[in-house]
Amino acid sequence: MKWKTDDGGWSPYLAGALLGLLAIVSVLATTQLLGKTSYLGASTTFVRAAGILEQTVTADHVVSNEYFAKTKVRVDWQFMLVIGIVLGAFISSTTDKSFRLEKVPPIWEERFGPSIGKRAAGAFVGGIIAMIGARLADGCPSGHGLSGMMQLSVSSLVSLVMFFGIGVLASHLIYGRRTL
Amino acid sequence: MNTDQWLGLVTGVLFGFLLQKGRVLRFDKQIGALLLKDMTIIKFMLSAILVGMVGILLLSNFEIITLSHKPMNVGGVLIGGALFGAGWALMGFCPGTSLGALGEGRWHAVFAIIGMLVGAAFYAELYPLLKSTVLAWKDFGKLGLPEALGISQWVIVPIFWVGIITLFFWFEKKKL
Repeated sequence: MKWKTDDGGWSPYLAGALLGLLAIVSVLATTQLLGKTSYLGASTTFVRAAGILEQTVTADHVVSNEYFAKTKVRVDWQFMLVIGIVLGAFISSTTDKSFRLEKVPPIWEERFGPSIGKRAAGAFVGGIIAMIGARLADGCPSGHGLSGMMQLSVSSLVSLVMFFGIGVLASHLIYGRRTL
Repeated sequence: MNTDQWLGLVTGVLFGFLLQKGRVLRFDKQIGALLLKDMTIIKFMLSAILVGMVGILLLSNFEIITLSHKPMNVGGVLIGGALFGAGWALMGFCPGTSLGALGEGRWHAVFAIIGMLVGAAFYAELYPLLKSTVLAWKDFGKLGLPEALGISQWVIVPIFWVGIITLFFWFEKKKL
């Protein structure tokens, strides 16, 4: 096993184990400093961001919406965490020269060609479906996959099985392999 | 910015840094895993889970932190999980990695991000309907595996470790 990948990245085992340590330090830090244990997650932030954007157009509607009220539309710990992910990935990729301006990803291009329009449509529709799913399941691969699994939550185990099970099935259908 | 926001930002920067170093942000890595060709993201996630699990369960054992299980709502988890899986395959990112992918220059992730924002807005509109239908079927509440199975977590954790490490050896043998 190598500690570095061919393109200068770290072994996924190493990077993953360090993320496990970060998750532990993070629950400790949020408990001690903020008085409430918070777990790594990402998808709730999309609800808050959507609420903030909608507020600029129709503030009353957001206030009266039950789900926005329940989620509390504000820039909180997790919101800044998600912003931080962009920064962290930028710092890491620019310092090890893996930063690339990519228009269409290779596997997509192989199947659907170099059209940005098609990629945009796929990502947009996929994004809508995935986010509705993540909110229904109350978590994504961060909230359920990482944080929930670390706590041995039943809902996270079932969610993860569904995420991957249907994901494997759908991707074989979409990217056209006939091995299933 | 207040303490909440600063702490979130610092944690997020480290999170994004590790995601990028693990090379798990790319579309090709995510779809590669779903096509069962490249297990990078699985290795990354499971390694994080193995390490995190021990620390978090120990800390909760000593009542230093509190666990926060998400409810085992049958309709929500099954239907939501299935929708997420399908959307993930089409989009090639999950919510966290879409932002990270943007950070490493894969700017097409912006379409996925816009889609997810629209999806979140839709969900807020659909919520009253979903609450009285899919989410109302059956809810087992906040449930942990040890309580559900009636087995100590310190029996379950070693089983996870052995099972996952075995899987890692298999991945390496098969060069996945």
